[in-house]
Amino acid sequence: MSESSLPPQEKRLIQVRVNGVSHEAQVETRWLLSDVLRHVLHLTGTHVGCEHGVCGACTVLFNGSPIRSCLMLAVQAHGADILTVEGLAAPGGALHPLQQALRQYHGLQCGFCTPGFLMSIYAFLQEDPDPNLSDEQIREALSGNLCRCTGYQGIVAAVRHLLTSAQVTTAPQVEPGAIAEEERV
Amino acid sequence: MSTRSFGEPILRKEDQRFLTGSGIYIDDIDLPDMLHAAIVRSPYAHARILSIDTSQAAQLDGVKAVLTYQDLTLAANPLPLLIPHPALTHPHTQYALAKDVVRYVGEAVAMVVAVDRYVAEDAVSLIDVDYEPLPVISPDHLEVAASPGTPLVHEDTPHNTAAHFVQQVGDIDAAFADATHVFERRLRIDRSASQPMETRGVVARFDAFEQILTVWDTTQGPISIRNGLAVLFGLPAEKVRVTAPDLGGGFGGKIMLFYPEEILVPLAAMRLNRPVKWIEDRLEHMVGSNHERGQVHDIALALDANGRILGVRDRFWHDTGAYCPYGIIVPVITACQLPGPYKLPNYYSDATVVYTNRTPVSPYRGAGRPHGVFAIERILDYAADQLGIERAEIRRRNFIQPDEFPYDVGLTFQDGLPTRYDSGNYPAGLERALEMIGYDYFREEQRQAREAGRLLGLGLGCYVEGTGIGPYEGAHISIDNQGEIHVATGVSTQGQGHQTSFAQIVAEVLDVDVVKIHVTTGDTQRFAWGTGTYASRALVVAGNAIGLAAQAVKEKALKVASSVLEVAPEDLELLDGRVCVKGLPTRGLSLAALSIASNPIRYAYGASAPDLPAVLPTRPGPPLSPGEEPGLEATRFFSPIHATFASGVHAAIVEVDIQTGMVKVRKYAVLHDCGKLVNPLIVEGQIYGGVAQGIGGSFYEHMDYDEHGQLLNASFMDFLIPYATEVPHIEIDHIETPSPINPLGVKGAGEAGCIPVPAVMAAAIEDALASFGVTVDHMPLTPDDIRKFGIR
Repeated sequence: MSESSLPPQEKRLIQVRVNGVSHEAQVETRWLLSDVLRHVLHLTGTHVGCEHGVCGACTVLFNGSPIRSCLMLAVQAHGADILTVEGLAAPGGALHPLQQALRQYHGLQCGFCTPGFLMSIYAFLQEDPDPNLSDEQIREALSGNLCRCTGYQGIVAAVRHLLTSAQVTTAPQVEPGAIAEEERV
Repeated sequence: MSTRSFGEPILRKEDQRFLTGSGIYIDDIDLPDMLHAAIVRSPYAHARILSIDTSQAAQLDGVKAVLTYQDLTLAANPLPLLIPHPALTHPHTQYALAKDVVRYVGEAVAMVVAVDRYVAEDAVSLIDVDYEPLPVISPDHLEVAASPGTPLVHEDTPHNTAAHFVQQVGDIDAAFADATHVFERRLRIDRSASQPMETRGVVARFDAFEQILTVWDTTQGPISIRNGLAVLFGLPAEKVRVTAPDLGGGFGGKIMLFYPEEILVPLAAMRLNRPVKWIEDRLEHMVGSNHERGQVHDIALALDANGRILGVRDRFWHDTGAYCPYGIIVPVITACQLPGPYKLPNYYSDATVVYTNRTPVSPYRGAGRPHGVFAIERILDYAADQLGIERAEIRRRNFIQPDEFPYDVGLTFQDGLPTRYDSGNYPAGLERALEMIGYDYFREEQRQAREAGRLLGLGLGCYVEGTGIGPYEGAHISIDNQGEIHVATGVSTQGQGHQTSFAQIVAEVLDVDVVKIHVTTGDTQRFAWGTGTYASRALVVAGNAIGLAAQAVKEKALKVASSVLEVAPEDLELLDGRVCVKGLPTRGLSLAALSIASNPIRYAYGASAPDLPAVLPTRPGPPLSPGEEPGLEATRFFSPIHATFASGVHAAIVEVDIQTGMVKVRKYAVLHDCGKLVNPLIVEGQIYGGVAQGIGGSFYEHMDYDEHGQLLNASFMDFLIPYATEVPHIEIDHIETPSPINPLGVKGAGEAGCIPVPAVMAAAIEDALASFGVTVDHMPLTPDDIRKFGIR
């Protein structure tokens, strides 16, 4: 450190499990979890839209619960089990039913908010919600994430579909490579 | 393919990568040895810079450069004025880094480049700028800025008036003199901004050995940026590549030539000979990326005894902020689009474009139209109420009729060409929208609700939207020897699904599945002619160029097949990715084989090579005939004669809680006409998103500046964007009146959704509160505004 009045930055070793893979990383104590996921572990599917916890684009599952990764320091994630959008599809690329539903109902346009929505909805469905929820209740469940493109119509429809179909908790049903044949409605 | 592509709701090709987190957005670009930039921004709305002390910052470990105005050299001139206009008598653009004076909070003053963003921001906090505050022009009432005696934003610009222009049709004074009824209102629509979920960002790399500058930029117009950077840095255009990667929304806010960072980041990369990245954070975006809306209208309507419009006189003030880098496009559009679907035999529009000490203004989705539509729709509602005519009826009496197209409005549009409506059916649109919203039953429903103490109201809004302006776009299509079809065009994509819609246009012509078609947008290395994605023009202008290029490739495939199969081209047809003899589908060649055959080299490769009966041409003469080009490829351009005019009618039923000021949208219906639909799923998605932004603009989105030019709500905690809980279910129906002025018959759809929403919401709230005798004269309306309606 040279002549500035800024304090030196401390680094710590953290261990995290992300999408089932264990990582060790030296991180500055001030680094955000979102920055470490994106720029240290190169999992750039988690997006940062506001850096103040409002937009929800950076949502990941932290020990099973949805959190804003822009509001957590990476050192706080030491020992945690994290699921990001990269962990949803099957290894061969087959989409998770949740991803398929969002596509089927045109629940995404620019795609920037999409990973945050996926993780929030994933957590919501894990709670085994009542399949007969009203649209208003579905909207309430989505109200932690901002989307500027879709007007939420397709996202609500996708969640409605997931609630009423039996696919909620099942593994991906589409075989790898089958996506191309699914181009048409 | 016997199945059609054009017009079908095909699921999007781009979704797979977005759903799996494998899209490449600007901040996902990670280059070896890359440095990171952060910007020092002015905390003052108007101040003289007395000194900038960068010494502490420069000495911080990890800091590689600190730039101020003094360091700009090649980039020391004011930024270019994108669109000059004769009426823009006092144009001002900012410097890439402020020189001497700052004129809005957020104006870039210095840039730090460091090993990571954290260190760069540390250094920003160590830069000491000494400011002498100057008088701030940030009035509640816009016309105050243009009044004598108000301090000046720019010393050489009297009355802070950047531009004053009048457009007129007929004899407005005579119209008002003859009028049976005259109505006047003062209407206001507040400042807002596009706020895409992804902020802006720039990454630049300079290859000193090959003298190649590569820039990734969240721009809606990469070609313009490339051409501008080449001139600025004295590089041949071929040595500058600008790519717009996946963009997390744009809505107009991402098109400029230039934003300061679009120059500063490449400059730093060239100077340091290392890649540099700058990513705007949300708080910067709130003040450092352009805003829009922000107009006050004094509108007067002259009617005859039958409620027919004799004339409209509109005087308005437009807040352009501290600079006008985008010219006066927004108020010009307002003036031209205010007449909407109505016959205005006499029209007088007087616009004053004023400077204020606020963030500069450039188009945001709708681009001047929501303001103009708000003005005309509100005054029509007011007149109808005063005369005791149904609000729908006054519109019916004044519509341009379906047999009156082309209809010349008599105004000069944003592209300098006539405002000439090419086609439409406004009366049918209104009737369908009324049916969708249940107009016939509503009054009874409203009466019953009132008896039960609930306040329901219905609002209507009509608009016409000029889309698909020129000058031109182009496309290159090639079919490779695997039969894969590659399409490149100059426009960029911010989520509109171009990779799918454009592929559908090609699929229809070549009779192939869209999965075989790969569309690249916004990469100057692939296609470097054109302008960009704005003004709801990508599908119209680039789409038609793509259609023409596909036709040319088809003709070439038929010609090559004719030569190989020795069958006349007119006896051949394209069927499911093959050229076959008509009526004899087994006798033919795949596009892959034809691609191989189109290249008369002395060997053939590719999986389809064995299908070819003979690779070497058997005809006499040179292997390539004079004028013939190898390869199954073509480049074509499309240049429209003028804009094509889409239209629509929105209708809403709202319930107002006068105690809490909350408004619940009970029903929302959109009747939309954008000519031929290429992909209804995508068009509807565009409309849904537009309506959501319109709802934001009606109730939430508002840039709250104080008299010191400080933005009081510069975060997502305070500048509210609708969540799913604020956007109702939206019903959409289409009518298709094809555009006669482009081969595909299409019109633009990107902006439409947001345009009439504030007018519709104002009308619905006013209707719900009719018993309180309120008039709604501004947008957005906060719960507090609505509660006040109940109090007075």
